[in-house]
Amino acid sequence: MMNKQGRPTTGAATGNGELATISGHRGLDREVKLIFETGRPGASGVDLPEPELKHDRLGGLRRRGQIGLPGLSEPEVVRHFVRLSRKNYAIDYGIYPLGSCTMKHNPRLNEKMARLPGFADIHPLQPSSTIQGALSLIDHLAHWLKLLTNMPAVAMSPKAGAHGELCGLMTIKAAHEAQGHAHRTVVLVPESAHGTNPATAALVGYTVEEVPANERGRVDVAVLKSKLGPNVAAIMLTNPNTCGLFENDMIEIADAVHKAGAYFYCDGANFNAIVGRVRPGDLGIDAMHINLHKTFSTPHGGGGPGAGPVVLSAALAPFAPVPLIVHGPNGFELIEDDAAAKAHDAKPFGRMCAFHGQMGMFTRAMAYMLSHGADGLAQVSGDAVVNANYVLASLKDVMSAPFAASGPCMHEALFDDSFLKDTGVTTLDISKALIDEGYHPMTMYFPLVVHGAMLIEPTETESKHALDEFIHVLSELAKEAKGNDKRRFEGAPHFAPRRRLDETAAARKPVLRWTPPAKAQAAE
Amino acid sequence: MRYLPLTNADRNAMLGVIGAKSVDDLFRDVPREAYLTTLVDLPMHAGELEVERQMAKLAARNVAAGSVPFFCGAGAYRHHVPASVDHLIQRSEFLTSYTPYQPEIAQGTLQYLFEFQTQVAMLTGMDVANASMYDGSTATAEAVLMASRVTNRKRIVLSTNLHPHYIETVRTTAEAAGLTIVEGNETALDDKTACFVVQNPDFTGAIRDITPLSDAAHAKGALLVAVVTEIVSLGAITPPGEMGADIVAAEGQSIGNSLNFGGPYVGLFATRQKFVRQMPGRLCGETVDAQGNRGFVLTLSTREQHIRREKATSNICTNSGLCCLAFTIHMALLGEDGFRKLAALNHDRAVQAADKLAKVKGVELMTPTFFNEFTLKLAKPASPIVDQLAKDGIIAGVPVSRLKPHDRNATNLLLVAVTETTTPADIDALVAGLSKVLS
Repeated sequence: MMNKQGRPTTGAATGNGELATISGHRGLDREVKLIFETGRPGASGVDLPEPELKHDRLGGLRRRGQIGLPGLSEPEVVRHFVRLSRKNYAIDYGIYPLGSCTMKHNPRLNEKMARLPGFADIHPLQPSSTIQGALSLIDHLAHWLKLLTNMPAVAMSPKAGAHGELCGLMTIKAAHEAQGHAHRTVVLVPESAHGTNPATAALVGYTVEEVPANERGRVDVAVLKSKLGPNVAAIMLTNPNTCGLFENDMIEIADAVHKAGAYFYCDGANFNAIVGRVRPGDLGIDAMHINLHKTFSTPHGGGGPGAGPVVLSAALAPFAPVPLIVHGPNGFELIEDDAAAKAHDAKPFGRMCAFHGQMGMFTRAMAYMLSHGADGLAQVSGDAVVNANYVLASLKDVMSAPFAASGPCMHEALFDDSFLKDTGVTTLDISKALIDEGYHPMTMYFPLVVHGAMLIEPTETESKHALDEFIHVLSELAKEAKGNDKRRFEGAPHFAPRRRLDETAAARKPVLRWTPPAKAQAAE
Repeated sequence: MRYLPLTNADRNAMLGVIGAKSVDDLFRDVPREAYLTTLVDLPMHAGELEVERQMAKLAARNVAAGSVPFFCGAGAYRHHVPASVDHLIQRSEFLTSYTPYQPEIAQGTLQYLFEFQTQVAMLTGMDVANASMYDGSTATAEAVLMASRVTNRKRIVLSTNLHPHYIETVRTTAEAAGLTIVEGNETALDDKTACFVVQNPDFTGAIRDITPLSDAAHAKGALLVAVVTEIVSLGAITPPGEMGADIVAAEGQSIGNSLNFGGPYVGLFATRQKFVRQMPGRLCGETVDAQGNRGFVLTLSTREQHIRREKATSNICTNSGLCCLAFTIHMALLGEDGFRKLAALNHDRAVQAADKLAKVKGVELMTPTFFNEFTLKLAKPASPIVDQLAKDGIIAGVPVSRLKPHDRNATNLLLVAVTETTTPADIDALVAGLSKVLS
């Protein structure tokens, strides 16, 4: 093949770009060995002074034998990780439409702020006179969270969304126990819920009962009411729910839950859809975790760290875990134990973790909130919902959207695989074909309430132009699938650093670490 | 608003396609009484410069550890993090990616997780490790829950020398899960005990051979959970895996991560091969792709909440991805020699400091063995002394009474941590400061 200038554009043996290179690399896509397969004894990427000590105080427990770590200089280490990084998709590269995960732009200002030595280089157990700014920031962030949710209290220490759920349910359990209601042992969870909800309820010893969805993708309120009884401790509801829909019967549900003597836990994973426009406290919620890494844009970092503060109603507030921050005559103070908490009329159920929570995430979230302000946050939720509805409206006729008829969606658009019926193409195939087109796929096969789910969350930080391109690609893929043209789907992805990976083999005989070749052979 | 691309023209065109009158119209499922018609009473949006000013003002009201002689430890340690670590973790491809749900375009994350798991297994002397937990304290709580699953027993014995915050964290989680917590030593073990949780070096800084403790636990059919809050110690002392530990839960903050006022940190979790399927958290495993090339995937997810729901081994979803990347890079930079040297240097400086401090009148060294942290008994209560020295620009350590407020024996105890970042001048400043306030 020649291009218009008569320059060759393809290698001799190509056809599908499978020309084998001598090195195994393919241009910018390099094969990267494990660090353990590189390096040599004696090399290091860090210069340290020589220790002077002659006699140790290690009580005869000096470590003997090799640990097995490879030795590498700094340039080698830098190259290794830069090369690895190039094998990852990222928000900074393109639309990352994972439904329920909220992959929005991560402003770099927030990174810069979190790295100020006054935040990054302070110890959790320094005297309180030396950390007044840190306590003030946490107090300030708590104030914003309380106003945005219209809830009177917030527990700041949970380290992620699921940890926040755990905190919320333990608060509820403590409140029931304080009222002598330990017999309440059932937690109601809709079948569309995130897996963390039933897992959390089970972890604190509750029995989980599922509530089905109705044909409009909402909780079936009649069934829910029929399950409310003297043994129910709480309901865990995600709102907007995982079908991307607002639970329009929230207030009616809250009233029924409270009348039955139970508490209303809301999974706040999707708070980004309503921030600045709807305050969960006005819906009758008793506890809700807020994923700072979703709504308030702290980076997802390849799977964490997150942060999951939990806002609490007046009924639950006294049971919040330590530490608490109070304002006294000497400025801000940390209340770190039960006895001290009692002096402030608190009855904390315990402690979620060592120290005070994810400060590094608090600084980033605070910078994000200050940047947006009340007006910007309302625009965040508005634009997130416009973008999702634009995707839904543009694709509902070429794909299949089970709940498109039941009103606008919130921040994410849900499709099922009924448009793929009898084509032999699956949700997984569509996802893998999207990879070849330069996109990260949407969330697949979740929520469980529809068959072959495809959940698309564009977020407010995508432009119309970016969405138009994405919609065009997805729409063409859907048409080809329906036209029984399967070429793009078979064996996709073709243009990623790896082809489809054998997950079954990985699980059947788990290899979870590198082992030196000699040892690995001996083990076989 | 600089982060939001839609213009009014875009928005109107899109509403036209959607068939909605306005943005508010899209929220029509929200009960009217709960839909705000005015903005929340908070400040309006602000430019970068303004936000920087506000944040810097707050930061300036804190005393950064690096700006003073500094001796706090107790589960969080100040170490030097090489510049390339922070540069690399801020690459977009690491910082702005998510959990590797699509392995074909997430091999970067998956491969470093595999390398991280290998490093952690090597350091702890265990067979396998997971892809990280929130921090050391929550990793310990998960270890206790796992021990209960493995042994099918509900009684947990926590060593009294476990970090008090770890004790509270474990107690909170485990009791909610229906387990019974006992604080004590090996004599508290019985044949209903699921595990014995032991920290080494312990909360006071002391080091001991935990082999007799694991033998005692195993004799009762219980597991030994070893906790390490200062991972650098494993460059100098025998790893728990060589002393009979069945599960190791550790705090990895010391490698690659700043103090961050207590978080985010990175929990390390390692165990024996035979317990793999009872592990909590994400696991990365090796496999091949359709062309037979080596690749990595998240595996054994049938243990996890998104598949197993209420029957999962843990409710955990997010781990500490970026913190564990920082750990992996820093550890790769150190290598075998660098890591051992770092550990030796920490011990070296700590011994120098302990010896000098023990000579101060009114100071007694309580821990004959230690790694980089030791306990001093002062002639006066430690807490007011720490506050006094803070006014003089010295952060002298952690008064034990802060973590054990109900322990009368703790009043005069001070925990002092010394790392490679501590200079001889810092040590001299603490010696002079303590001499002054104790005289």
